Amino acid sequence: MRMIIANRLVDGLVVFYQENGGWSEDIAEGAVITDEAEAARCFKAAKSDEENCIVIDPNLIDVTDESGSMRPVAIREAIRAFGPTV
Amino acid sequence: MYRYDEFDQKLVSERVEQFERQVERRLSGELTEDQFKPLRLMNGLYLQLHAYMLRVNVPYGTLSSRQMRTFADIARKYDRGFGHFTTRQNIQYNWIKLEDAPQILRDLADVEVTAIQSSGNCVRNITSDQYAGCARDELADPRKYCELLRQYSVLHPEFSYLPRKFKIAVTGSPNDRAAVAVHDIGLRMHRNDAGAIGFEVLVGGGLGRLPYIGHTIREWIDPEDILSYVEAILRIYNLHGRRDNIHKARIKIIVNQMGIEKYRELVEAEFERIKNGSLKVPAEEIERIDAYFAPPEHETLSDEGGLLAAQGAESPEFARWLDSNTVAHKLPGYSIVNIPLKAVGKPPGDVDADTMDTLADLADRFSFGEIRVSHRQNLTFVDVRQRDLMTVWRELDALDLARPVLDAISDMICCPGLDYCALANARSIPVADDINRRFVDVDELADVGELKINISGCMNACGHHHVGHIGILGVDKRGKEFFQLTLGGSSDQNASLGDRLGPGLPQDEVPEAIAAIVEQYKTLREEGERFLDTYRRVGIEPFKAAVYDSEEPKVVA
Repeated sequence: MRMIIANRLVDGLVVFYQENGGWSEDIAEGAVITDEAEAARCFKAAKSDEENCIVIDPNLIDVTDESGSMRPVAIREAIRAFGPTV
Repeated sequence: MYRYDEFDQKLVSERVEQFERQVERRLSGELTEDQFKPLRLMNGLYLQLHAYMLRVNVPYGTLSSRQMRTFADIARKYDRGFGHFTTRQNIQYNWIKLEDAPQILRDLADVEVTAIQSSGNCVRNITSDQYAGCARDELADPRKYCELLRQYSVLHPEFSYLPRKFKIAVTGSPNDRAAVAVHDIGLRMHRNDAGAIGFEVLVGGGLGRLPYIGHTIREWIDPEDILSYVEAILRIYNLHGRRDNIHKARIKIIVNQMGIEKYRELVEAEFERIKNGSLKVPAEEIERIDAYFAPPEHETLSDEGGLLAAQGAESPEFARWLDSNTVAHKLPGYSIVNIPLKAVGKPPGDVDADTMDTLADLADRFSFGEIRVSHRQNLTFVDVRQRDLMTVWRELDALDLARPVLDAISDMICCPGLDYCALANARSIPVADDINRRFVDVDELADVGELKINISGCMNACGHHHVGHIGILGVDKRGKEFFQLTLGGSSDQNASLGDRLGPGLPQDEVPEAIAAIVEQYKTLREEGERFLDTYRRVGIEPFKAAVYDSEEPKVVA
């Protein structure tokens, strides 16, 4: 499973690409991508949003379902999603 | 301290206007991120893991109470209520919005503070000794030379696009508290037989992926020639430095590739060419700048050792703090007070807005309204009357800023690490906190004595791990955080790079590894030896054994 993560341009906050094409600060509202076609489509839309100055540097990241909540697999992306651990 | 004249103020204000328009063009799409990035970096604005980070200059670590109050206001208004002091004597804010950045820079400009060239491939903040102007072991106050170099290097048209960042540090004392040996240019003050002041120039020092101790490129330069010589070094670097690989682009790479003799030859030739030109600094100019660093109106006092001894006898805690955190001032009756920003449970170097305000008030009451920032991520009041020390101690204690830990285990350097930084491989702050909690007992800290632990969350070494007595480097091994220890580093006038102790340890094993090293030190130390001295005498094997062997640590006679 994957999601698309980025920083919002205007404030730098971490956001997740949503089903409706928007961006949310809450990973729970992010679109969960399960196949290659969907990944390509969403990433294309995300890159278009980068060009339109909504986000910076969108990336597809691996996520895992932890008892119903989505969590990035990589520690770095988890820290981005949930904030500093300190 | 230096005060802006009309020219300075106009330049800084115009720079803010310029940046504001650049931000507008970025937000409208007229500038791409690739075009905007070098521009925002030259105004100190990074994009980190969670938000934009703004790095604000504190020139050579000197801050007024008024400026500190503005730092507090910015933390409250535009950030999450705190700031972070760095290993280059700067302050960083972690939660900045791009759209707020121009106004923040405007607020800073109102108190003569900028973020100009705090990042980018240009000459960065000039750093120095936090005790400048007040230390007993100082030859002369280095800050006038720092200010000279600052004015020279800020917005220098030829050197705004160097191959990579460029860091200069200056020490006015033979006891180097500014780490000059691991800077791109290090300036070490000397006095010649005629009693005149001059500088030894070191070049090509640095940390990061490929650490180097700087080479002496010139034993002596007169102050009037300092700008010409620095220009010669920068020009040769700008011409020859690599631009094909950012990991090979610092001056240390070409100095060590070419060899110091060849690099010196090129620099000396350029220096000869330009030294009688417009960069020769007239004595009047040095005096003019020096006037800004005139000492405050000290009273003529006597040493109050008797009073302090009596107060210490009544309050052992006060005595312990005096012994640990205060340093002799060059004037009788005065003292230098160190404020370690290393409370248990707080990230090293972090200060919240209310505390900043209180420290500003204390500075006004007890230290002529001035605060210094140390590259070890602490603050200092440098002009406190000895008779005020008891009061100052109580006030600092109320802020939990009076732990007697200066230069001890708790007084760690620690970068923001993977909790904040986009470059990091591992989290450094939790490691610092674990160690801080493991060594909470102040008697034990005092018994161990001077032990500088430096922690970096990645090879970029912003936490100066290479030059820690114990260095800790966070690495990523197959997606997990591991920590490699080094021993025997030092950033002072006998600079050395640490030796690798062994394979990386998981986070939960680091505090016990430190404890094992400390125990081995206590077992092996001779009278008067700090950890570093013992290490240099006995070598790494006993410590390797202490940490990695499953049996009892081997004791080397």
